[in-house]
Amino acid sequence: MERKPIIHIENLKKEFQVGDEVVRALKGVSYDIYEGEFVTIMGASGSGKSTMLNILGCLDKPTSGTYELDGVSVRELSNDKLAEIRNRKIGFVFQSYNLLPRTTCIENAELPLFYNHEVSAAERMERAINALNLVGLQQRLHHMPNQLSGGQQQRVAIARSLVNDPVVIFADEATGNLDTRMSYEIMGLFQDLNRQGKTIVFVTHEPDIAKMSKRTIVLRDGLVVEDIVYEHQVDAKEELAKLPVTD
Amino acid sequence: MVFSNLIKISWKAVILNKMRTFLTMLGIIIGVGSVITMLAIGEGSKQSIRSQISQMGSNMITVRAGSQRVGGVRIDDGSQRSLTIKDVEVIQGCKNIDAVSPIVQSSGQTIREANNWPSTMYGVYPEYLDIKKMELKKGSMFSQRHISQSSKVAVIGQTVVTNLFGDEDPIGKTIRFKSTPFQIIGVLESKGENTFGQDQDNVILVPFTTVQKRILSITYVNSIVASAKSEETANQAVEEVSVALRKLHKSDEGSEPFSVMSMEELLTTVSSTTDILTALLVAIAGISLLIGGIGIMNIMYVSVKERTREIGLRMAVGGRSKDILLQFLTEAIFISVTGGLIGVVFGIVAAKILTVLTQWPTIITGSSLLISFFVCAITGIFFGWYPAKKAANLDPIVALRYE
Ligand SMILES: Nc1ncnc2c1ncn2[C@@H]1O[C@H](COP(=O)(O)OP(=O)(O)O)[C@@H](O)[C@H]1O
Ligand SMILES: [Mg+2]
Repeated sequence: MERKPIIHIENLKKEFQVGDEVVRALKGVSYDIYEGEFVTIMGASGSGKSTMLNILGCLDKPTSGTYELDGVSVRELSNDKLAEIRNRKIGFVFQSYNLLPRTTCIENAELPLFYNHEVSAAERMERAINALNLVGLQQRLHHMPNQLSGGQQQRVAIARSLVNDPVVIFADEATGNLDTRMSYEIMGLFQDLNRQGKTIVFVTHEPDIAKMSKRTIVLRDGLVVEDIVYEHQVDAKEELAKLPVTD
Repeated sequence: MVFSNLIKISWKAVILNKMRTFLTMLGIIIGVGSVITMLAIGEGSKQSIRSQISQMGSNMITVRAGSQRVGGVRIDDGSQRSLTIKDVEVIQGCKNIDAVSPIVQSSGQTIREANNWPSTMYGVYPEYLDIKKMELKKGSMFSQRHISQSSKVAVIGQTVVTNLFGDEDPIGKTIRFKSTPFQIIGVLESKGENTFGQDQDNVILVPFTTVQKRILSITYVNSIVASAKSEETANQAVEEVSVALRKLHKSDEGSEPFSVMSMEELLTTVSSTTDILTALLVAIAGISLLIGGIGIMNIMYVSVKERTREIGLRMAVGGRSKDILLQFLTEAIFISVTGGLIGVVFGIVAAKILTVLTQWPTIITGSSLLISFFVCAITGIFFGWYPAKKAANLDPIVALRYE
């Protein structure tokens, strides 16, 4: 069976003008990511990972090159159209959760659906609750972010990224603010989602996290230097069980 | 974005910042409230002046002595005496005039046995009652016969009755004014105070000749009142009377020693004065509304700054620039319109309280409510626009990174 590429980029370049200087953050990157993949993007700080992810997430446009998301060429689209693509096809998870303060888990999780006029208030609520069930927060539906641990807050953010049933989830250092135990828990969750068919692109600079994905693309100075497909995927839940118990 | 979602999001933001929202609203509440109150005061006094004047008779024409101007300077002395009974006769001859009465007046103590009371005596014709739209409560008005005989009879107002007679029936009794005894033959229906706070019931009406000859010993009259045949012809009547009197006094237009004015003109003069006053009051109140608007702008800027990351997030999950613009604009309008509504209630209550405390007449018109409300919404849009635009123009990547 021919696998369908969700992401197709070719010779993608991104330059920033800083004063008189041109910063070349991406210098010509090409690869495909297929449906059902779990890809981590690795690289040192400043290697262009976030720039890459922002373009893939349709938050930013490349200076040159091709980018097709789910068969749609993104370069020519207007800002409003990009917003619609983000709304319908993409889920985001950020390093710093970015939950709305003093707002319940349900309300946080349903946020993307506010911008989809095809979804009614009742359906919005139902889908938010389903997404929260999926990330194991069925007991915390009406809690506020400040009543949750960092790991739980990130789960709410993941629920939010799932609520619109996206074709791909982008996560930028989603475990960067969490300790090892919570990081592994979150990775376990991502692995579960991936097993259920979700395509995930995950930026990290931690090698142990990268090994929990199926493939790692390594960036250095705006270029792909390595593209590794793992034969054996490290199971996050097993790793979690091996961790010494602390309290 | 769906309208109900917009309302929901804005409502949420408002609820999360109750105190701040309330304080911001306060500016609008006070602004709108004072505009409404000021308009109510203006409208109230205008209406009460209007009703006073039309009570006096809207087809009434007044001729006063001495409005002659020389190089813009009003000459009073001497020219005060320019009107005589001849003028009355000339006016009587005008075809647009129905009735006419001269007025001579004198103020002084009125005495009845041990009681005395300061009052004003008016020497007039019997027609005076009709011209001034006055009614008799009791007894009768003096007649032409009393005029020709300079009879010492009087028709008195309610205030005079109360102060000199108490509950007694005054008809047939005698009062003294400047040592002349007058027999009371009638009592006037009460008219109350006029807009300027003058008691209209503290009057003594006496045959014209009696006051002119017996009391004052003068040959001129103080003023003349007349009534036009109808309200519509009042201004024509003014013109006709002016022309006729100019001819009598052999004076040119602009230098005549008298002035002729219809109630309509008086009404316009008074109305325009109250209009200017109202405009001034509203302008002052409007400044507080403006300050309220600036308050909204200020708080919206703070809100946009504080919620930069939220804006970035909303954009990342699919909010378009115009969704963000609408969200913040709705919030601003929500604050201003809610503030406006509370302000309207506040204004109505303040006007009512004012009326109770000071007896000032206040009238709240539908249009003043509508205008205030509309101005509020506009204020919200106007002052909310820039902060909202600023939010909408944020780059989601930058906004998400904002600390
Ligand atoms: N908005 C920007 N303006 C200018 N330079 C930028 C901007 N965003 C990123 N860069 C530069 O591009 C390079 C890649 O940055 P980034 O993608 O954030 O790296 P990483 O996420 O891998 O740490 C860096 O040199 C950074 O300074
Ligand atoms: Mg980065």
